[in-house]
Amino acid sequence: MKLRELSGQLSLNILQAQGDLDVPVSGGYTSDLLSDVMAYGKEKNVWITCQTHENIVAIAKLKNLAGIILVNSRKPDQVTMEKAREENIIILGTSEPAFAITGALYNLLKK
Amino acid sequence: MSPRNIAAEAKRKELDILGICDHNTAENAEALIEAAGRLGLCVLPGLEVTSQEEVHILALFGELEAALSMQERVYESLPGENNESVFGQQIIVNAEDEVLGVSPKLLAGATTLSLEQVVGFIHVLRGLAVPSHVDRIGFGIIGQLGFIPPRLDLDALEVSLHMSWEKARAQFGPGRPLVSSSDAHFLNEIGLAATHFLLEEGTLEEIKMAFKGIKNRKIIH
Repeated sequence: MKLRELSGQLSLNILQAQGDLDVPVSGGYTSDLLSDVMAYGKEKNVWITCQTHENIVAIAKLKNLAGIILVNSRKPDQVTMEKAREENIIILGTSEPAFAITGALYNLLKK
Repeated sequence: MSPRNIAAEAKRKELDILGICDHNTAENAEALIEAAGRLGLCVLPGLEVTSQEEVHILALFGELEAALSMQERVYESLPGENNESVFGQQIIVNAEDEVLGVSPKLLAGATTLSLEQVVGFIHVLRGLAVPSHVDRIGFGIIGQLGFIPPRLDLDALEVSLHMSWEKARAQFGPGRPLVSSSDAHFLNEIGLAATHFLLEEGTLEEIKMAFKGIKNRKIIH
């Protein structure tokens, strides 16, 4: 499934659109510990987190993730937005908590 | 842990300088400054601030006033109330170990301040910003954020007593000042780790100079 379609199905807000919304998503990873994502996140995963620090962009870039979903209506820090634009990292947002959006994404990708 | 007991134990362990950094508060700093001062020990007042990213960072100051200003910033951004059945009573004492009151704040919680904001406030107040136990996954800057943000203006890194200087040096690079401390939560932990400095006197300004290697002040590992 492409990131664009996934975003529509889960009613996500596109907070930072500069990047590739047509990337095929390989799966998801949910974690707020960035060192953990660095260790276990997989290429083209969508990453679900509440962290908004600019380092999330570097991790997404490093692991070649498909995009980031920020939960609980969290908004990226301004520097995070700028970096994400520069690095073409898509940032999506939801008012749902991580548990709910992870479950929804899991069901969607399982189909 | 009470000011008089901490001071006596530190004296017994032959420490010269103590840093007091309770989680998100400096309410007991004044009592320790006084109690330890009587035994000829220098005390740097401070806080161990929890940033929004759940990174622990030591904020050390030269004067009580600055530590209390930092505390004000932290309290403004620290939601929640303490649950004594979970985190225990957060008592505030004087230098005679007498209880003055109880803090209702959720000191174990995280502030809504970003790491950059925390470091910014510390530096406005002319303090030292030192992320705690950087070798630890939980609440350590690298564990939480994957790596140290390169533009973050940190004065030094603190490694826990579980890591040797050699290993720390190899892992965190030669360019950064490294300190180690006991992170004592109990009396018997005081002095389990310490940092040796070559200084003229036990002040924050001298430690600042040691971090920068100015006028022969230095950290002796």
